[in-house]
Amino acid sequence: MTWRSPLALVRDALRGQRAREKDLRNLASNLPYEGLDKAKQPNRYFLGNGIKTTKYTLLLFIPMNLFEQFHRLANIYFVGLAILNFVPVVNAFQPEVALIPICVIMCLAALKDGWEDFRRYQSDNKINNTLCFIYSRKEKQFMERRWKDVRVGDFVKVVYNEIVPADLLLLHTSDPNGVCHIDTSNLDGETNLKQRRAMSGLCVSDPEFEPESFNSVVVCEKPNNNLNHFKCYVEKPDKEKVGAGIQSLLLRGCTVKNTDHAVGFVVYAGHETKSMLNNNGPRYKRSKLERKLNINVIFCVILLLTMCLVGSVGHFLWLQKLPSVPPYLVPNSNGHLDSPSLSGFYMFFTMIILLQILIPISLYVSIELVKIGQIFFITNDIDLYNEETDSRVQCKTLNITEDLGQIEYIFSDKTGTLTENKMVFRRCSIMGTEYPHKENAIRLAVLEPESGEEVIFNQRPRPPHTGWSLHAEDTNSEDTGYDHDNQRKSKVTGNAQSNVAFSSPLETEVIPDRKLLQQISRPDRSDSGSRKTDPYLDFFLGLAICNTVVVSTATAQRQRESVFSSSGQTNNPLDSLSNLVKKSASTRHIFTSWKYKPKRSRTVSEDSVVEEDHFNTPVKIEGSGVTDGLQTCSLQASSQCDDPAATSDNLSYEAESPDEAALVYAAKAYGFILLARTPDSVTVRLPSGEDLVFEVLDTLTFDFNRKRMSILVRHPITKECVLYTKGADYAIMELLSTPYAEHLSGKQKNIAADTQHHLDCYAKEGLRTLCFTKKIVTDKVYESWTVNRQRALAAMDNREELVMDTAVQLETDLSLLGATGIEDRLQESVPETVVALREAGIQVWVLTGDKPETAVNIGYACRLLEEEDLVINMSCKNKLACTSILDCTLEEVRRYSEDPRNVDTRQDIALVIDGHTLTMALSSDLQDRFVDLAKRCRTVLCCRVTPLQKSRVVKVVREKLKVMTLAVGDGANDVNMIQAADIGIGISGQEGMQAVMASDFAISRFKHLKKLLLVHGHWCYTRLANMIIYFFYKNVAYVNLLFWYQFFCGFSANTMIDYWLMIFFNLFFTSVPPIMFGIMDKDVSAEMLLGVPELYRTGQGAGEYTFFTFWVSILDAFYQSLVCFFIPYLVYQDSDIDVFTFGTPLNTISLFTILLHLSIEIKAWTVVHWVVMLASVALYFIVTLAYSAMCVTCNPPSNPYWILQSQMADPMFYLLCTITTVVALLPRYTFHVLRNSIAPSPLVQARRLDRLDVSTRDEWMKEWRSFRGIGQVKRSRLSNPPSPTLGTPADIHPQSPTASDIMGDDLTLNVISENFQRPVHK
Amino acid sequence: MGKGKGKSGPLARRPDNSAFKQQRLPAWSPMLTANTVLPFFYFMALICMLLGVWLLLTVQSTQEVKMDYTEAGTCDKCFEKRKNASNAAQTCSCTVGFNIKKALKGDVFFYYGLQNFHQNLRRYMDSRDDAQMVGKKRNLKNPSSYCKPFNMDQKGLPIAPCGAVANSIFNDSFTLHYLGSGGPVQVPLLRKGITWYTDKNVKYRNPTTENMTLVQVFNGTARPLYWQKPVYELDLLDSTNNGFINDDLIVWMREAAFPNFKKLYGVLYRANKPFTNGLPAGNYSIDISYNFPVQYFQGRKEVVLTTLTWFGGQNHFLPVAYLVTSCLILLIAVVLTVAWYKFGKNRKSMDE
Repeated sequence: MTWRSPLALVRDALRGQRAREKDLRNLASNLPYEGLDKAKQPNRYFLGNGIKTTKYTLLLFIPMNLFEQFHRLANIYFVGLAILNFVPVVNAFQPEVALIPICVIMCLAALKDGWEDFRRYQSDNKINNTLCFIYSRKEKQFMERRWKDVRVGDFVKVVYNEIVPADLLLLHTSDPNGVCHIDTSNLDGETNLKQRRAMSGLCVSDPEFEPESFNSVVVCEKPNNNLNHFKCYVEKPDKEKVGAGIQSLLLRGCTVKNTDHAVGFVVYAGHETKSMLNNNGPRYKRSKLERKLNINVIFCVILLLTMCLVGSVGHFLWLQKLPSVPPYLVPNSNGHLDSPSLSGFYMFFTMIILLQILIPISLYVSIELVKIGQIFFITNDIDLYNEETDSRVQCKTLNITEDLGQIEYIFSDKTGTLTENKMVFRRCSIMGTEYPHKENAIRLAVLEPESGEEVIFNQRPRPPHTGWSLHAEDTNSEDTGYDHDNQRKSKVTGNAQSNVAFSSPLETEVIPDRKLLQQISRPDRSDSGSRKTDPYLDFFLGLAICNTVVVSTATAQRQRESVFSSSGQTNNPLDSLSNLVKKSASTRHIFTSWKYKPKRSRTVSEDSVVEEDHFNTPVKIEGSGVTDGLQTCSLQASSQCDDPAATSDNLSYEAESPDEAALVYAAKAYGFILLARTPDSVTVRLPSGEDLVFEVLDTLTFDFNRKRMSILVRHPITKECVLYTKGADYAIMELLSTPYAEHLSGKQKNIAADTQHHLDCYAKEGLRTLCFTKKIVTDKVYESWTVNRQRALAAMDNREELVMDTAVQLETDLSLLGATGIEDRLQESVPETVVALREAGIQVWVLTGDKPETAVNIGYACRLLEEEDLVINMSCKNKLACTSILDCTLEEVRRYSEDPRNVDTRQDIALVIDGHTLTMALSSDLQDRFVDLAKRCRTVLCCRVTPLQKSRVVKVVREKLKVMTLAVGDGANDVNMIQAADIGIGISGQEGMQAVMASDFAISRFKHLKKLLLVHGHWCYTRLANMIIYFFYKNVAYVNLLFWYQFFCGFSANTMIDYWLMIFFNLFFTSVPPIMFGIMDKDVSAEMLLGVPELYRTGQGAGEYTFFTFWVSILDAFYQSLVCFFIPYLVYQDSDIDVFTFGTPLNTISLFTILLHLSIEIKAWTVVHWVVMLASVALYFIVTLAYSAMCVTCNPPSNPYWILQSQMADPMFYLLCTITTVVALLPRYTFHVLRNSIAPSPLVQARRLDRLDVSTRDEWMKEWRSFRGIGQVKRSRLSNPPSPTLGTPADIHPQSPTASDIMGDDLTLNVISENFQRPVHK
Repeated sequence: MGKGKGKSGPLARRPDNSAFKQQRLPAWSPMLTANTVLPFFYFMALICMLLGVWLLLTVQSTQEVKMDYTEAGTCDKCFEKRKNASNAAQTCSCTVGFNIKKALKGDVFFYYGLQNFHQNLRRYMDSRDDAQMVGKKRNLKNPSSYCKPFNMDQKGLPIAPCGAVANSIFNDSFTLHYLGSGGPVQVPLLRKGITWYTDKNVKYRNPTTENMTLVQVFNGTARPLYWQKPVYELDLLDSTNNGFINDDLIVWMREAAFPNFKKLYGVLYRANKPFTNGLPAGNYSIDISYNFPVQYFQGRKEVVLTTLTWFGGQNHFLPVAYLVTSCLILLIAVVLTVAWYKFGKNRKSMDE
């Protein structure tokens, strides 16, 4: 190292600072400068790749940790008092001893911090010393170096399965197409492979990549933490700029997959990498209880100051009253006596020190411990464990467990939260013709009951033979036409059995619609002339191409355990045959049952079948069910034989969104197999067996504003540029041009209208809809557009907008091909969960991006809406209309709820509102009215809302109604909402981990919410609330003993208890029981809480922790301390008792009182409780006895020597302890008994039921629920087997707006259509 | 998760299905309702009642004689004398007579009592050096700072025993005479053995040095300010009662908890007649060496003669407290019985 002047160093540092702060960074290759000293390096200002996540260094640990700890107000208070104790005129205790509690607490905290930091240090070290390959100019090859040696501007090579050490701009890969796949599961948990492509044309030495020839400058933005966004361009020596985005960036922490090796240029290193910037520790939220607690702490402060004032004034008056100087008045060390007023003034501070425990400092530590314990139990709950994903519930925010017990509003996402987000292709409409895919529906119905029912099926007699034979003829006659396809189909089923991440057979298998198969395999379509323009072909091509699905081969795919694996991987033909029989039998079973209960069957709804009859030739319903059985049979049978098309076997698709995968699988079922995808080309195999390779010109990726994506390809045969676009119907319909099929037969003139009709029907069935369009782009248009596009891509400023603009430019004049309906099945037990939450007094809102029809349908399916509910639809175009609707609805609802006739008919109101209206309703002037209306509704469905609106709704409700809110969601679009709510819950599902990372708790199923809230929430809340109240009581009761004594010792701040014993009393004897109480107490059993969700209401609103309960316990504490002090006082009055001998029974009595008080509060005594309680008492006696036996002069000037021993030899001690404890606890005990006997709270009643045996209890629970007005109707329906009826279109019609309602009129309001006609299922 | 590493396989993170972790530990959950606690209430009432009656009967058998001598008899002149601090060095004796109507049977304890004397003030209490009193040489010559300003006299000599507590020792002395038929008889009082055993033998020790008398040991220390004689002259007759282990000093050093207190002065020696059964009824007189001033704090001085029970001195409060509590519990129990009868019955029928 050469010497440099300090000035230069400072200048350099400043320059470095500036370079790091700049919005754009210019990075050059390090290679030309290799070996030069640091000052000459071009990238010296940027951080290296070594990371340091430790908070402390070895030397500075103590000061830094102290600094950290003094951020806590409580610690400052404590230390302040300790310091005050060192001031001679005001000290109350021996100053050194007074330091002990704070030292103990802070040492414990410091130990914990130190240990955690050491762990971080170790992991940092491990990471920093991981090996990687850096290019070295001297060696002319990649050399093995450690991660911490990587610097910005280096060239790093990452090989297969290795972790990327820094953020790399991908320059070269082993793949000829310049593609590299990465697995980002370390970063965001998304398990699908992502494609990254190398920037091409930067190195002159292509195809051999030579880092030394890299002579461009990389200009990139300032580091940020957005994982999905990166802006950068590379300026070549000839000033040409090439833009690059996230698709060329390998993020630190990702794993390289499917690629032999990749070379990248380091743009960000170390702490500036995106993954490190995203790496925040656990978040801290402040719970509602804690906020209330702080208010009570302030009350305690006021109480403390009052008491100190009393002491101070008392001391002053007492001094005043003295006739002269008595011998017991000790002058200060100078030999002077302070004046009474000065002494009184000093006494105020002394009193603060004396009574300091009144402010429950240890409460904060205890609460933290309790929460750790509570979280331990929550995460260990086996009911919240999901075997499929092997995941427990995760608590990300450690200190809001008790908020779970106070939730009043739940805001739920729909997709992936209420539903599985496992998309299953259900129906499609092509060129205005509906293809209902009934067989597929039946297959799903069969697959659905996975366990339990199989047993029943086995017992059922085999289906009658006639049905089989009849059918065989039937199918055979039809099958001849598309033999080839059938074989392929069989492959689909076969393939489904390989378990690929994120796809179960349920999703991958699609049984094609017979009619559609016929349609596409019509002989007249096989001639190549019409093939190019056939809309059916285009539709399926769109399905297969227009996506970002990555095809991975079997060798690269990652296996995932799944429920289906056991049955799926058997190769025994006998097994599969027996499975078949079961399946077909169950099909029949479902079918027959369906005949009797038409609306029971979830997946096959009668109305939908009826409806399709409008569009189609009627299909024999009875036949189709059995057909499926047979078809499956034939398929399975053929799958046993060899299949020529072995290549397609090993394909598995990895998609970013499950919809895409579902569509690709659907296309595959029809023979349009996506074979391969590179950034530049897509290969599709056609049913005829020929492979088409489309050149991909551009991909216009999906975004939430456009709600669509497009892919621009060059058709290999016609050489035309074709744009396939798919998207939400409303995002597509307005972009349509003249019908695509103009030149086709005239009967399809009105495809758009027909398709729209189908779409509406799909939506009513609760299907997710997507429209597919095609557009042929002329070469000329493409040329000009592509120039714009390039410019937009290379732009640094507001690139997104520009890129989006270019996308919008191209996506015009689309011609509609058709639409698909994808089913997103409800997660298991969602309706039960929703009903339970509703009974628990929680309002559940659904915020979804879907159409109102879909949302309403899901609402009925998951029982957010009931048949007898009033459903208010709000949808309006302008604000004026919105205002009047709100007013009028509000008026109506008010009148309705105030109508005395409606008191006992529990009619519930539901509100359905769309995003546009919501925006207006949430504007500042309408907000109050909207909230007022929403308050009166049992449920609100917000449809077509943006992520931002979601969080806005949550915020408005939370602030206006002052309620506890919980938001639950699974996707990136829920992150805002999750962060806005009091509690954010992420569902770790199919859509990556963004929601989970932003959440406070992460669960894997929606149904887990039930136990999480109703059981753990309730428990955590009651436990903590009771613990805190108890803690306040304990401190006040104990400190007041000292206070009462002041009246007898001239307010001189004297204590009758040895200070050590006082410290021990708080630190050891009485600290563990409340903590155990806070962790383990169980007022009502989990079964009871789940069985009677109404019990949850006790925690809502003010809950158990109110000012009333607080003050009652404070008053009780006053009473108890009075008893504990004055009974011994009266007993020992005028005797020869000495100070500490008087204090010892007092201490003992308060120990017993405080512990027995807790015993009254403890609801369930387990072994742990007994051990802790008895151990506390034993500890008290052992420690006190030992202390008073050993300490002769160890703690001057107080002297507890042999006092407890002599007291325990005195029968008076026991008589006194007994009577005092009894009298002190009598009121509370009596109060509990009286309340429980005369007016038992629901919780007490539940506890009483808990003691009954199981069967009686269940009976009682039912009785209770019906008695409590949950409604006989609902109860009777609950007793039926769960039947989440997908509301059928006919049923919703009266409430749901028709298409014209939403689109056409300016003002639409279906004012409270009471739907009594809706039949109640028996 | 350290636990997770141990397991592997598909269900590696599955929580243990143990009763503890699933919060299913068998638990006893008492229901605090009338019917469950009524027996307990009645039982408690009975126990308290019995204890109360027993204690009351025991207390009835004790006797106590109290006599305020602050200004009684001939002590009024001494009282006046002590008002003036300048007369502190002068001695003053007086006699007070009193009558015991009923004989005090058994062991009779002689206490002196003080009223309004706050031995429990924090400063006062702290103003002592236990290390000095336990015989530590270092502390003898260098008393603890807690003793300030009573640690050194004006000449700078360390005070032994130091501190305000020792300084303000009660220094009246009493001689009790029984004025029986055979002329006045001095009532024999045991002036030793009035301290806690541990105090006498562990907490208080004279500094020991071989072959040195107590005087030599305490050489170089000063007597407390208010004392008339140094600590090594407290009991010249008995070396086991001299210096720091003087019983009166030890008793005084045990600071009383309340401003009105009594301290043991002596126990009746019952070897000789007429005191073998205690103090007989009749007239008594006490000769008092009146030294302790009380007018600075409006205090009173008294002499208490009392017999003790197995649970302490004459104490009417404890039995009364037991009896009252017993009645209270009984009352509550009755109320609960009514409540149970009215409400509990309903529930019974509901259960059925």
